[in-house]
Amino acid sequence: MTNTIREIADTDFILAAGTNTTESHPIISIQVKKAVRKGAVLAVIDPRKTEVAGLAKYHLRIKSGTDIALFNGLANVIIEEGIWNENFVKERTEEFEAFRETVARYTPERVSEITGVPADVIREVARGYAKAKNSTILYTMGITQHICGTHNVFSIANLAMLTGHIGKPSSGVNPLRGQNNVQGACDMGALPNVFTGYQPVTVEENRVRFAAAWGVKDLPAKPGLTVGEMMDGAGEGRIRGMYIMGENPALSDPDANHVVHALEKLDFLVVQDIFLTETAQLADVVLPAASFAEKDGTFSNTERRVQRVRKAVEPVGDARADWEIICLVAAAMGYPMSYGSPEEIMKEIAAVTPSYCGISYERLEKGGLQWPCPAPGHPGTGFLHAGKFSRGLGRFHPVEHVPPDELPDEEYPLILNTGRRLYHYHTGTMTLRTGALEVAYPEEYLEINCADAGKLGICDGDRVKVSSRRGGVEVAVRVTEMVTPGLVFASFHYPEVAINRLTNPARDPIAKIPEFKVCAVKIEKVS
Amino acid sequence: MENVTLTIDGREVTVPKGSTVLEAAQKAGIFIPTLCHDPELSSPGACRICVVEIAGMRNLPASCVTEATSGMVVYTDSSAVIEARKTILELLLANHPEDCLTCAKNGECRLQDYAYYYGVWAGNFAGERHVYPVETDNPFIVRDMNKCIMCGKCIRMCAEVQGNNIVDFAYRGFNTKVAPAMDTSLGRSDCVFCGNCVAVCPVGALTEKAMLGKGRRWEMKKVRTTCPYCGTGCTFDLNVKDGKVVGVTSTDGEVNGRALCVKGRFGYGFIHHPDRLKKPLIRKDGKLVEASWSEAIKLVAEKLGAVKEKHGPDAVAVLSSARCTNEENYLMNKLARAVIGTNNIDHCARL
Ligand code: SF4
Ligand code: SF4
Repeated sequence: MTNTIREIADTDFILAAGTNTTESHPIISIQVKKAVRKGAVLAVIDPRKTEVAGLAKYHLRIKSGTDIALFNGLANVIIEEGIWNENFVKERTEEFEAFRETVARYTPERVSEITGVPADVIREVARGYAKAKNSTILYTMGITQHICGTHNVFSIANLAMLTGHIGKPSSGVNPLRGQNNVQGACDMGALPNVFTGYQPVTVEENRVRFAAAWGVKDLPAKPGLTVGEMMDGAGEGRIRGMYIMGENPALSDPDANHVVHALEKLDFLVVQDIFLTETAQLADVVLPAASFAEKDGTFSNTERRVQRVRKAVEPVGDARADWEIICLVAAAMGYPMSYGSPEEIMKEIAAVTPSYCGISYERLEKGGLQWPCPAPGHPGTGFLHAGKFSRGLGRFHPVEHVPPDELPDEEYPLILNTGRRLYHYHTGTMTLRTGALEVAYPEEYLEINCADAGKLGICDGDRVKVSSRRGGVEVAVRVTEMVTPGLVFASFHYPEVAINRLTNPARDPIAKIPEFKVCAVKIEKVS
Repeated sequence: MENVTLTIDGREVTVPKGSTVLEAAQKAGIFIPTLCHDPELSSPGACRICVVEIAGMRNLPASCVTEATSGMVVYTDSSAVIEARKTILELLLANHPEDCLTCAKNGECRLQDYAYYYGVWAGNFAGERHVYPVETDNPFIVRDMNKCIMCGKCIRMCAEVQGNNIVDFAYRGFNTKVAPAMDTSLGRSDCVFCGNCVAVCPVGALTEKAMLGKGRRWEMKKVRTTCPYCGTGCTFDLNVKDGKVVGVTSTDGEVNGRALCVKGRFGYGFIHHPDRLKKPLIRKDGKLVEASWSEAIKLVAEKLGAVKEKHGPDAVAVLSSARCTNEENYLMNKLARAVIGTNNIDHCARL
């Protein structure tokens, strides 16, 4: 996020795109509701009628996968009506003309045809967003999980730069990150192309510095594979051994059948987890890890705040903290790795990571710190890009609408969208074992619009088989206005309804994010 | 900012203009009991337990809604004040089960604390009592309206912080009670079971179901930590007894204050779930069987080493985790790059 969560409450206009905030980020939705109570205008872009959409003044129920057209359309209106921030564009951005040319073709009328949102609504939302004192954009996977995910994000950033709604409190571009420490995993270099703090592996100076810090001769220069590419590699025999820590790709990844086959082909698979997940069941060695309550450490939240995790109880059985296990493996592979505590590891992180340089356990005792925190006395950074973007000038990226990779056709006439539910989390490994959450919400269901249900002769509670070109699952249906005609929705929390057997692994060419949000499916009633 | 100076129990206190008498007293470390007041919520000034005596005023005003003014002379423990507070407590206790022996909030209850402090019991007013059935039809929250003292904090928490307006005062007079619309149960309402109302209930009317019978509040060690679920990063206290996590309670988190969602507050049961992996497992004859750590680690090192030897470091791939700590992800990045020698490391940021 460019801003702090609490800043949302003081925003005048919120554009929430593809975020089911009240279910996926309940505490952030509290700030959204607070802003609305204080008079902020809320516009929600989502094909589903989510709870947060119910609070909105404008609910833009776009056709799945037409976000770029919509954002370009908003920019079109803003430029057309002369309500853009000329000063900001002149002083802080570049490549404006190319952008202007592109969006000129996205008139509200044309955009309305592509997205299904009335032209008047596009105009009103554009005006509201541009003219408000502080406007903020919130988005999540509804934006990024498309083959054009990166371009979707560009189109959002374009809008923020056009209006100057970035680089100040309560104004910005705010992706709400899904998992507790997805921000931290990225910060810590758990990515194929960067070391900690996003320092590219392709830059020789970085490799030399890290090699020296880690006491090795040299480090590999070629960027590695992303998750999806790893699975492809495993399937094709290029990847032979895999070490998976705390992830469950057999359920969470698109085209899950393919993932399972790929993992089965490996010469060797080691999985480290707290439960025997669907992925761990495929492993040659399973290492029992400690849960968050059984170890010390830090998580970095979606607003870049590094906060302490504290050990409350001893690990169950012989389980050990993940950091201890990694040290054991490294040592057994001939690289002595030993730390007295996570605090010591953090010292090393701070030494090699400019944005974490000022972060220490001692300081974290007094409260979290938001990076960039470049020096021991630095207070941390609440909102980013004040006065200057990290790359200097903000660059407009003109982007064009592209349809989703797989569109409905005669055989597979419906679009499947996937996401989360309030009571559960990710692949359900934890939330289905709490003694409470799974009691309140024991079973997954497929949301289907009344019109489609009528056509198919399906009633609420009926069991159906929903399938795509890649696979199928059985699930009960809920007939609802939550989804528009032509759209069905299910979460991926339940092993019994492994919806990712259906999803499309087609990926965004830049960020390599799969298109979870759109794939073509058909539905048959089972007796 | 403009300040005002007033005298409370003979001591001069200076506070910013606009502060209440209660805030001024709290700043000076002078005790005033409160039931319906909460610094994060609006002040109805309804319970009147916080009354004080102010020179020149005829009645005893509620300090939580009385603005401190310059030269004001306040007494927080005059006999009139103490009498008034005792009467309020007696009235509350007259319609209260007084079953502290078995109450989950024993030791963490304002009514109990104040009754003890002022030496009050129900005695004088014993009269008609409510007999409501205890609501237990959801897996998260137990509602016992017999213990409710009508402070209305849950109503304001739900409306003003959670923003959901699930509960409100229903009926009138003696029959007034806090209830969801149509006086149904929480389970039948639109309640999202964040439990934020439970976090502010000063008595035993709202309690966490899973914590019942798991230990007295004073036996529980509180360990402040960060929620393991979504990327919001809420802070809460793990409640630990005899080496086990027996509950989650609110603390003052930087991101979330006292607010949590249903997963953070009620989703800790997995920690001690019987399915937890407790021993390393190794595949032998197609089956995963228990092994020792040294055996398992040795095998991992050998096998990964062999792949590296035979097919090169880029034939190995590492999936790190958005669920693990920064320190662990850092070590995984070090293991992949420095030990195995590959940049094939990723995690599920994209999922
Ligand atoms: S649990 Fe949450 S939503 Fe339900 S009544 Fe309490 S505060 Fe309101
Ligand atoms: S309590 Fe809920 S909103 Fe807060 S971090 Fe946990 S899952 Fe996210």
